[in-house]
Amino acid sequence: MNVNWYLMVSALVFAIGAAGVLTRRNPLVVLLCLELMLNAANIALIAFARMWGNAEGQIFAIIVMVVAACEVCIGLGLVVAIFRRRLPIDVDEIRELHG
Amino acid sequence: MQTSAWLILIFPLAGTLINALGWRVLPGKACGWIGTLAIGAAFVATVATFIALQDRAEDQKQVVYVAWDYANTVGVDGKISILIDPLSIFMALVVTGVSTLIHLYAVAYLWKDRGYARFFAYLNYFVFSMLLLVMAGNFLLLIIGWAFVGAASYLLISFWYRRTTATTAGIKAFVINVVGDVGLVIGTYFIFRHSHTLDFLGTFDSASRDFAGHQGALTAGLIMLLIGAFAKSAQVPLHTWLPDAMEGPTPVSALIHAATMVTAGVYLIARMHPLFELSPGAETVGAVIGCVTLLIAGTIALAVTDLKRVIAYSTMSQIGYMIMGVSAGAYVAGLFHLMTHAFFKALLFMAAGSVISAMGGEQSMDRMSGFRRAMPFTFIAFVVGGLALAAVPPFSGFFSKDEILGDIGARGGLWWILVVGGYIGAIMTAVYTWRMIFRTFWGEPCPEARELEEGHLHHPAAPFNPASGELEDADVGFPGPEHAIAERSGEMKVAMSVLAVLAVIGGALQIPFVTSALEHFLDPTFADSKLDLSPSDGAVVGGLIVGAALSLLGIWIAYVVWVQRPGTSTKVRERLHPLYQLFVNKWYFDELIDGIVVRPFAWAGRFGQQTFERVVVNGVFIGGTTGIVKAGSAAARALQNGFLRAYAALLVLGLVGVALYFLLQSS
Repeated sequence: MNVNWYLMVSALVFAIGAAGVLTRRNPLVVLLCLELMLNAANIALIAFARMWGNAEGQIFAIIVMVVAACEVCIGLGLVVAIFRRRLPIDVDEIRELHG
Repeated sequence: MQTSAWLILIFPLAGTLINALGWRVLPGKACGWIGTLAIGAAFVATVATFIALQDRAEDQKQVVYVAWDYANTVGVDGKISILIDPLSIFMALVVTGVSTLIHLYAVAYLWKDRGYARFFAYLNYFVFSMLLLVMAGNFLLLIIGWAFVGAASYLLISFWYRRTTATTAGIKAFVINVVGDVGLVIGTYFIFRHSHTLDFLGTFDSASRDFAGHQGALTAGLIMLLIGAFAKSAQVPLHTWLPDAMEGPTPVSALIHAATMVTAGVYLIARMHPLFELSPGAETVGAVIGCVTLLIAGTIALAVTDLKRVIAYSTMSQIGYMIMGVSAGAYVAGLFHLMTHAFFKALLFMAAGSVISAMGGEQSMDRMSGFRRAMPFTFIAFVVGGLALAAVPPFSGFFSKDEILGDIGARGGLWWILVVGGYIGAIMTAVYTWRMIFRTFWGEPCPEARELEEGHLHHPAAPFNPASGELEDADVGFPGPEHAIAERSGEMKVAMSVLAVLAVIGGALQIPFVTSALEHFLDPTFADSKLDLSPSDGAVVGGLIVGAALSLLGIWIAYVVWVQRPGTSTKVRERLHPLYQLFVNKWYFDELIDGIVVRPFAWAGRFGQQTFERVVVNGVFIGGTTGIVKAGSAAARALQNGFLRAYAALLVLGLVGVALYFLLQSS
């Protein structure tokens, strides 16, 4: 199968994720969308790896997964902390770090 | 000899350090005795060096000892070196000898002052600086010693730091001395540019070759050196600090402002004599300024009523004689007068300090009278000092002053104008000296003198500043809460007795036709002098007779005016009112300097501060820079709005931009 198809899927998933990050205000959903974007990148990596027939792209994908797991850990931790402190669960409301 | 020569410098330095660091633990009068012993040890070391020097052959008497090279590069040979020759040893003997006695006097005089240890630390530091100045073997050390001496003078004038008058006097002295320091440094540069060495002996040896064809540079350099000498030696027009310096404690006046520091200018000219002889212009400037100073100071001393200030103006006048002498080539005579003056002027200051103590700090002669019976010892000391200062034969001042005038007369020509000026000054000297004595010791005893006759030393009910009359802090007052007079203090008596004996017999070193010990001793230093000033026998005898007659005449005038016919002075004052105003206002030199130097500088400073700094520096440079930074940071802060999704949008937009760019590139 042509690599273009895989890339199409990857771009689509990435666009969905980016749109989610930009439009959704619930931090949980934002995190999910971030995962989508990362996995879109994974699809593209594996597709290229298959095209060239070597394993480097796959290794990259695994590393990205590890990074994604870490990021989710921290992100979920933040969400739980926000919830415990009874702050609004809304990324637009949590903006104390403005200049 | 090398060891003893270095020890001369080391002892006073050690005394300074011990007193400065150990003041908390040293009990009682220990600080004073340590200070005195340090200077006494330096005196002993000087005598040892003197003896060792005398053993050397006549042409081996100029020795340079180098401790180490301080800066030896690009043609500059800055060494830590001392020059031991008859001139420097002569100066060191005078400095350490008189200083020892003055330290001894101060042990008792300042005993109750709160700053006792501080005083002796400063005083030892001063002696160290002065010795560094006179023993320096090159221009570098000379400048260092010169500046140290000025700093020590500042510290000691402002010793009673709670007095505004004392601190302003200290600042004035320091500023004027720094003017002189700058002159010295610039003069050194002018000389160094052609001599290519900082070493004294090296400069002098090749001076006639180095400066052939550079006469202008030499004269300019020497005039700059003279400015340094004038500032340090209180010569017109840089003299105004000396009378104000009388705010310092009396031992300081005796040591720094009479016997040692103010004679540094005389030493400088004598040391630089091989250069001065190459430049008749500089010689003339020095001699004329000396003569003008001795006349101006003499007239002021006739009019002012502050006891210490009269002696201060007298010091200026006598240093005028010395500067005139050494500038005109009468080196030995000038230095001889330096020595005798150190003896009798220190004695006069000590006696004046004793009188002022008896007055409870009051310095005005208007309130003093009749101390003759109350203070017999001080009276005798004052009279001995007064006779020597007035140059009555056979006291020391008689021989030294007449030798200066006789030697200058031997140059003939227009130099005779200076001699006549010197004789006019001599008669004024006798008048003002004895005016002081008659007003202080003759007449009806004043209340303080009466109190002292009854055995009680007067202390004012409240401590006050004698200069301004303000109440002041009792702890730092004149000289401490309890005053000391010579009659009741052994140390002061010893110091004054020794000086009195020296003031009487000091002249024996150089009696015309009889002795010429000093001239013989100083000969190796001045052997290269091309001037041969030996007045004829008739001129010498004539000079001695005229000098003696003038001094006796002066004393007689003073006796008539202030004792025989009291009230004459008031009549004279009214008759010659404009002249009196001129004298009592010190020839308006303070006002003159205020008008042409201080005010323009203050105005320029105010302009710089209020207009230039406020508008240009603060407004444009600093204001402009901060404005730019503020605007920039405001823009940067506005970007940080805190909306997470806005950041994400920016990221995505950037990514899209980059992607689009590459797509367009590749297509």
